[in-house]
Amino acid sequence: MLAFSIRRMIEAWVVMLIVALLAFVLFRYVGNPVDQMAGQYTSLADRELMHKQLGLDDPILVQIARFLWNALHLDFGISYHFREPVSQLLMKRGPATLELSFAASLFAIAVGIPLGVFTGIYKDSLWSKFFLGVSLIGVSLPTFLIGVLLIFAFSVELHWLPSYGRGDTVALGLWQTGFLTASGLRALILPSITLGLFQLTLIARLVRSEMLEVLRTDFIRFARARGLSERAINFNHALKNTLIPVITITGLQIGSIIAFAVITETVFQWPGMGLLFITAVQSADIPVMAAYLILVSLMFVTINFIVDVLYAFVDPRIRLHAMSAT
Amino acid sequence: MTSLNFSPAIRSALRLSPFKLSSAMVLAASLLATPILAHNAAAKTFRYAFQGDLNALDPYTLDETFTIGALGNVFEGLTKRDKDLKIIPGLATSWEVMEPTRWRFHLRKGVKFHDGEDFTADDVVFSCERAMTGGSQFKGNLPAVKQVVKVDDYTVDMILSSPNPILTSQLDTLFMMSKKWAQANNAMETQPASAKELNPGALKADGTGPFYIVSHEPGVKTVFKPNTGWWGKRTDNFDEVDFTTIKSDATRVAALLSGQVDMIEPVPVQAMQKVNDNPGTKVLSAPELRTVFLTMDQKRDELLFSDVKGKNPFKDVRVRKAFYQAIDIKAIDSKLMRGLGQPAALLVTPVVFPEAKDFKRFPYDVAAAKKLMADAGYPNGFSLTMHCPNDRYVNDEAICQAVTTMLARINVKVTLKAIPKAQYFALAGASGGYGTSFGMLGWTPASNDPLEILTQLLGCRDDKGNGGLFNYGGYCNPKVDALAKQAMVETDVTKRNALLVEAFKLTTADVGALPLHQQYLAWGISKKIQIVQRPTDPILFYEAHKD
Repeated sequence: MLAFSIRRMIEAWVVMLIVALLAFVLFRYVGNPVDQMAGQYTSLADRELMHKQLGLDDPILVQIARFLWNALHLDFGISYHFREPVSQLLMKRGPATLELSFAASLFAIAVGIPLGVFTGIYKDSLWSKFFLGVSLIGVSLPTFLIGVLLIFAFSVELHWLPSYGRGDTVALGLWQTGFLTASGLRALILPSITLGLFQLTLIARLVRSEMLEVLRTDFIRFARARGLSERAINFNHALKNTLIPVITITGLQIGSIIAFAVITETVFQWPGMGLLFITAVQSADIPVMAAYLILVSLMFVTINFIVDVLYAFVDPRIRLHAMSAT
Repeated sequence: MTSLNFSPAIRSALRLSPFKLSSAMVLAASLLATPILAHNAAAKTFRYAFQGDLNALDPYTLDETFTIGALGNVFEGLTKRDKDLKIIPGLATSWEVMEPTRWRFHLRKGVKFHDGEDFTADDVVFSCERAMTGGSQFKGNLPAVKQVVKVDDYTVDMILSSPNPILTSQLDTLFMMSKKWAQANNAMETQPASAKELNPGALKADGTGPFYIVSHEPGVKTVFKPNTGWWGKRTDNFDEVDFTTIKSDATRVAALLSGQVDMIEPVPVQAMQKVNDNPGTKVLSAPELRTVFLTMDQKRDELLFSDVKGKNPFKDVRVRKAFYQAIDIKAIDSKLMRGLGQPAALLVTPVVFPEAKDFKRFPYDVAAAKKLMADAGYPNGFSLTMHCPNDRYVNDEAICQAVTTMLARINVKVTLKAIPKAQYFALAGASGGYGTSFGMLGWTPASNDPLEILTQLLGCRDDKGNGGLFNYGGYCNPKVDALAKQAMVETDVTKRNALLVEAFKLTTADVGALPLHQQYLAWGISKKIQIVQRPTDPILFYEAHKD
């Protein structure tokens, strides 16, 4: 297990290095940051000086090396756009994204699994067909449209929920949480539905097809023959056996929920990392883009790693196999 | 929180609902509904949402319209502008020209900074020196100021290197900072926009203005509170102003319609009807100071993006004029802008330069344009790539699209490349080597003076950008440059205006650039709000009022 972990760690570093390289190559095409920060009267000489001060005159490899070296010291520089240290910005914006992603995942799991079980068990009922039909909306409508529709329904027409922002937050040390205030919780509802809807559909459909599969297997028939209650069969035996792929997908999706919260955050003006990233792209804010991309890739490799480990715990076969292999 | 206090919306929803709502759902719904109502009834907080961010609190870091404008609520200059943008006394009560290169300013007495320190001549000397050195972007505001001298505690002299007729116009956004505060906060030097380090005062502000900043979270929210000891007259009744950024157009409109904010800026053209139809909100619109125009590369011997090889068609004034006359600006402004554009004949608005009213656009005339093209030797037209920003000006991409269609009528095949502003300006500007053949630019004269149009936008430049830095098309007429140079030091207003008019006549005849229009401001406000609409994005909170 240790060797396995170390190997994955090294792979993770390589992945992140490649991301950094690719990112810096791409930054050449996002525009010139000096144009975004200079004023109408900033002279040509001052512009050239700014370009130099930002280190943009250096060869790209020097820029990458400098970035990585500073990143190792947790120094990501100062945002060109917001003029605040990037690490500080991420510390402030990170919790917003993580809380939103957590709420969205929770929503997707809490609704998706029961929905999947239900449609799996009663596969011919009208309700199942209805749910499956509706769930198609979740996969086919683009996120921003769902967001805008929810805003117009629940905030403009019904006045129930806020249309933007995060509500009031409470500081728990460095972490600004919206979970502890009424306005914070209310602000969370629409964005987490928007963000979680796709995952919900995915999970529901996955659980459903797994349930259909498992319910056909011999051990379920034997369980039934033994006279176990339907409830015990469905939830203890069948559902448990559907969970491996569900954990995989959910785990991997948590990564993409966080990384692709960009659109939801833009629609709801949610002050998280995704919105920060979009603003950074629009204003050629290289330090923020670089730090964000590195952070997201770090998150992905970490999540993949955790999912691998979880696998081993849920399924003894994998555990045994991994042990014999190492 | 009273859980049974249903909002009318919920009550009607309950009544009309064909479904039987469980009591838990009702409870949940009412929990959701009450706080919003409570919030609406709260004290006089003015909640204001803009599409962009407030990006610096150091008043010399960024020379950017919105940042300066928002900071204009917190800081003040020696001069101010009234509602019609005329210069009026600010922190200086009066001034006199002792000799052409020495101006004397008498300072307002009894003014205090937000931290309680007195405003004196030392602060003026300090502020001007700070603005003229290091990473300040306001060096251009004081181009002719050589030295600022304290005469006594409430008098300063500005010594100029050459006479400057518009000195007071350049001082209204040169905000006064407290020397003592800067010392205490380690902010003696301007925080440069491109710095690697942040000085401790960069995220704080201490001015003399009608509001002070309580908290500032860049890109999220800035909270202002009224400075009750302010010397000026205020019409506002706010206990607090909450400024937030809402980037997405639809969300910004929704925030206004749902009553979460009192004012949004801007209202996208396609949502104007909706905002006006909504009983509690309306749109305020008026022409902005910014003029949007098209640029044509007249400098290169061969265009970068065209099928005409070995020569540059834009070097021929007939081609430029043909382009001009082929564009139906009235159609663009009435249909595409839905009336929210005012055709322009110059690159400067009549609000800034009243003489601009006497200039007429070349008439829209396809036949004449075709003839000009034929005379210039392009009866069958040519093809060309146009570059446009797609997130900078109102309907920028759509306008360019319309232009390509109109030019097709004179057989010019235009391929449009619309790109985000960050990329566009990096390509079209000095840093991109002026790399467009046909492009778009919008300009607000920063000190509300027309002269910089002639120098910055139409002044001759070299390939690197020395000279007219924003002259994307590289237009050059030495006579215009000479007139601009004269106007720069001409202190007699009538004579100066005559020089400017003469120069603009030349640039118009040369079709140095192709003016389109002044786009309109579109502010969405709650009907509870009264506010003065100046012809520029930023707002002054003290001119507003909430019922």
